[in-house]
Amino acid sequence: MPQIPMVEPVNSARHALSVRDLVVDFVQDTGAVRALDGVSLDLHAGRVLGVVGESGCGKSVTARAILRLIDRPGRIASGRVLLDPDTPEQQDLAALDPEGKAMRAVRGGRIGLIFQEPMTALSVHYTVGNQIVEAMRAHSDMSKAEARERVVALLREVGIPRPETRIDAYPFQLSGGLRQRVGIALALAADPQILIADEPTTALDVTTQAQILALLRRLQRTKGVALMLITHDMGVIAQMADDVAVMYLGRVVEFAPVAQLFAAPQHPYTRALLRSVPNLRATPRERLATIGGAVPHPGARPVGCPFHPRCPEIIKGRCETVAPPEIPPGERGASCFHAAGAAKPSRAEATA
Amino acid sequence: MTAIVLSNDDRLAQATQLQLTWWRFRRHRLAVVSLVIVALFYLGAVFADFLAVADPHATDARRSFIPPQMISLFDNGAFSPHVSGLKGVRDPKTFKLVYTPDPARKLPVALFVHGYPYNLFGLIPTDRHLVGIVDGQGVDGVFLLGTDQLGRDLFSRLIVATRISLSIGLAGVAFSLMLGILLGGISGLYGGTVDTLIQRVIEVVRSIPTIPLWMGLAAALPNTWSVTQVYFAITLIISLVSWTELARVTRGRFLALREEDFVIAAELAGAGQMRIILRHMLPSFASHIIAATSLALPVMIVSETSLSFLGLGLRPPAISWGILLQDAQNVQVLAGAPWLLSAAVPVITVILAFNFLGDGVRDAADPYG
Amino acid sequence: MLNYVARRLVLALITCAAISVLTFIIIRLPPGDFVDAYIANLAVGGSTVSADQAAAMRREYGLDRPLVVQYGLWMGKVVAGDFGVSMMWKRPVTEVIGDRLWLTMAVSFAALLLTWLIALPIGIYSAARQYSIGDYIATTLGFIGLAIPNFLLALILMYLGFRYLGLSVGGLFTPEYAQAAWSWGKFWDLMVHLPLPAMVLALAGTAQLIRIMRANLLDELRKPYVVTARAKGISEFRAVLKYPVRAALNPFASSSAYLFPYLVSGSIVVSLVLGLPTVGPLLLQALVAQDMFLAGTIVLLLGVLTVIGTLISDLLLMWIEPRIRLQGRA
Repeated sequence: MPQIPMVEPVNSARHALSVRDLVVDFVQDTGAVRALDGVSLDLHAGRVLGVVGESGCGKSVTARAILRLIDRPGRIASGRVLLDPDTPEQQDLAALDPEGKAMRAVRGGRIGLIFQEPMTALSVHYTVGNQIVEAMRAHSDMSKAEARERVVALLREVGIPRPETRIDAYPFQLSGGLRQRVGIALALAADPQILIADEPTTALDVTTQAQILALLRRLQRTKGVALMLITHDMGVIAQMADDVAVMYLGRVVEFAPVAQLFAAPQHPYTRALLRSVPNLRATPRERLATIGGAVPHPGARPVGCPFHPRCPEIIKGRCETVAPPEIPPGERGASCFHAAGAAKPSRAEATA
Repeated sequence: MTAIVLSNDDRLAQATQLQLTWWRFRRHRLAVVSLVIVALFYLGAVFADFLAVADPHATDARRSFIPPQMISLFDNGAFSPHVSGLKGVRDPKTFKLVYTPDPARKLPVALFVHGYPYNLFGLIPTDRHLVGIVDGQGVDGVFLLGTDQLGRDLFSRLIVATRISLSIGLAGVAFSLMLGILLGGISGLYGGTVDTLIQRVIEVVRSIPTIPLWMGLAAALPNTWSVTQVYFAITLIISLVSWTELARVTRGRFLALREEDFVIAAELAGAGQMRIILRHMLPSFASHIIAATSLALPVMIVSETSLSFLGLGLRPPAISWGILLQDAQNVQVLAGAPWLLSAAVPVITVILAFNFLGDGVRDAADPYG
Repeated sequence: MLNYVARRLVLALITCAAISVLTFIIIRLPPGDFVDAYIANLAVGGSTVSADQAAAMRREYGLDRPLVVQYGLWMGKVVAGDFGVSMMWKRPVTEVIGDRLWLTMAVSFAALLLTWLIALPIGIYSAARQYSIGDYIATTLGFIGLAIPNFLLALILMYLGFRYLGLSVGGLFTPEYAQAAWSWGKFWDLMVHLPLPAMVLALAGTAQLIRIMRANLLDELRKPYVVTARAKGISEFRAVLKYPVRAALNPFASSSAYLFPYLVSGSIVVSLVLGLPTVGPLLLQALVAQDMFLAGTIVLLLGVLTVIGTLISDLLLMWIEPRIRLQGRA
């Protein structure tokens, strides 16, 4: 039974980021492919939001879209990404010029991004120190010497031994685990209050994975940042997340605090995901549960509920034609006709 | 038994490597157009004499520097293709007889006329040509691209030059191919010291500026050699440098293929070296070789053209584009007779066509490479 | 890293040795030897040489010894700086060549710099602003450079210049400086005249390098580390120039590795068309007249200087790529 760590109570946590009805299209000659079909999420300071789903469900696209890092031919078709929502400084990131000063100040300065593949996420032509110092100085007036000192301290903080020497190493001279720690240091360099970690441990072995997750947990607690943790691994969710958003085919199909999600999942997809996790205590020779079918191509999105072709609890006549209601933002719920009546708010909306 | 119609996916799964490459190639319109152009050029080379209008070797001082003539299609409204005949006019200053086109004299132009004799495909004696004037006095003719200083029809010379320029390209590439595949193959297959040695040789060869060496070798060819002997010598000289690129490609492919599972499987099954190479490895990189070849051809053609342009390559009475461009070297002469540069057009076209073709084949053979 | 440098140096030396052997073969290739040619030359002028005199000459030049020994003797003299006597001009070869060799190198090197200076920014722009008007112009330029051999381009330019501008587009100096001794004025005159022949020479290489840079940069721009760079909040300009361009520089640099020999080679033909006072026209004359000491020396020196130039560009590549520096290999 995963331990539920001490968490900042929701009502007093600062509302850091608010994504509302985000729609992202990829426009090609063959037509537009809808990668995100109205995604709504909230990030709060001091809390971890786990975003989970199969490959292709749009988790990474969401992360990129928030930071306006989506390459052509992708573009945000509609929706809002509100930084510091309900404050006078509120900015809609979706409306900013992606190459403009305002957006650049946000990237790294307000929101940091941790990547999945430490091998390829860092440039091999420059030292680790060079790359982190650059990130630091992009958001402050520090001198190179000052920044270097800070970087050494930062490297120590993320658990890199002998940081004074390691700062001048090239990424290819470090192991996978160390490289990912560098990645985390890079994301934290300019002291952002929001961190997005896009599958930070998928490329690592299990032991290193545990270390990195522990590191993330510690940093998040001490700095009080809002962490959005993207993963396909329910185990990681259980260990790290405070709240969970389950995504399928570009939509959030269920949202709940982690304990409630594991105890009483409301969406058939969530239930299927939980069932398919291999169980150490299962009866020998018991068949591994799988979800039948495959995730459809976003260009061939099913009419009605996106999950209906694979749903074991499909309501014939309804699910194939009508899309289930969306989850009210900030409330616990699932986008499913079975759950619609049973949806009950698990917490009051956080107000800043 | 009903015919089995294969679905698209089935066809894809059953296609051979060659078919897949061809289908990918077909999607590059530019490459396909280039293929057609190249084919037309070679066709033209085969039928060169048939397409030529006048004897490319026949000189006639009276016809010196005639500007290009267009074949007029209509004569007072009626469809009657014709050109103007030539008239000799005495220049009042030099008292020399200068021949210029005389619009008053209209000479009918027809298809499949009699002209100068030649051997079709080198075997069948005939004197039919595609286009020509039906009857006219010796000095007249159809000069689509004008004449040069010696009165030779440039259009005919251009067409006949195609034969030599394109075939030297082929011959040179054939040599380079043999040398390149052999050395590159040995290098890639055996690795180790042999590979290092051959690699060094290739590097040394590539470091040497080619033209001075070619010039030196070409100038050393005795004056007494026949046109054919010079032809082969030049081919050899040119290909001595270009083999390095083919060797590089071959070596790269062999190195990659050596590690492939299907090769190891063949070795384990007891197949001999030769069989493995020919039967298993060769088909895998055939298309890469084709790509490298089509990219090497324009280099060969330009090399021959440059050498002949310098006067060190093929020698008259052979006709090649380089030799034709030699006449254009003098700018003053060129100013008065700009049509002498017309050999530039086929040269540029062929280079572009082969390059697009090579790019297309390369992309089709290995879209990720 | 020292390993790498040492290897390149050894290779360069071997290449020079190979060039010297090849040159020697070329010199001795025509039937007969230097003395025969000399006698024939004199005969044209009406003088004759007796058989004894011929034999004496042969002994003096070492032409009665085995070929390998002759090579050794020749190389010995070359290393000491004695390149022999030109038959046509009846003066030491070094005098005849004079400035020409340096001018050839100047034109080739100018073309090299021009190639890099033009191809790099245009290639980068082309990839960063794909499908823009600038990209299409660059691509068209690329095709022109690809399709037209350099001597043809020179020819066309000369024709156009003459026909429409009435100029003689050629030469490296204005007449007053051509024969004068070197001075700052002459140097400046050279600088003014260099761009045109350098451009003609550089076009083909530039076109190719633009294509290479564009293709490689397009690939690199799609890679994760570029997203990381942007996620740091640095400007797009800085992010592109510092990271993916740096990565794309590698194939760019290795493609330019053999650029210099190609340019030296091309300068021969181009200088013939444009009438430049470089080694090209002289070499042609020497070969046609079978003035073998002159021709051989030119080929040898050209080769050696080219090897040196290539070595320099190799070392530049090494300096750029830290993986080679630190691990001894890419």
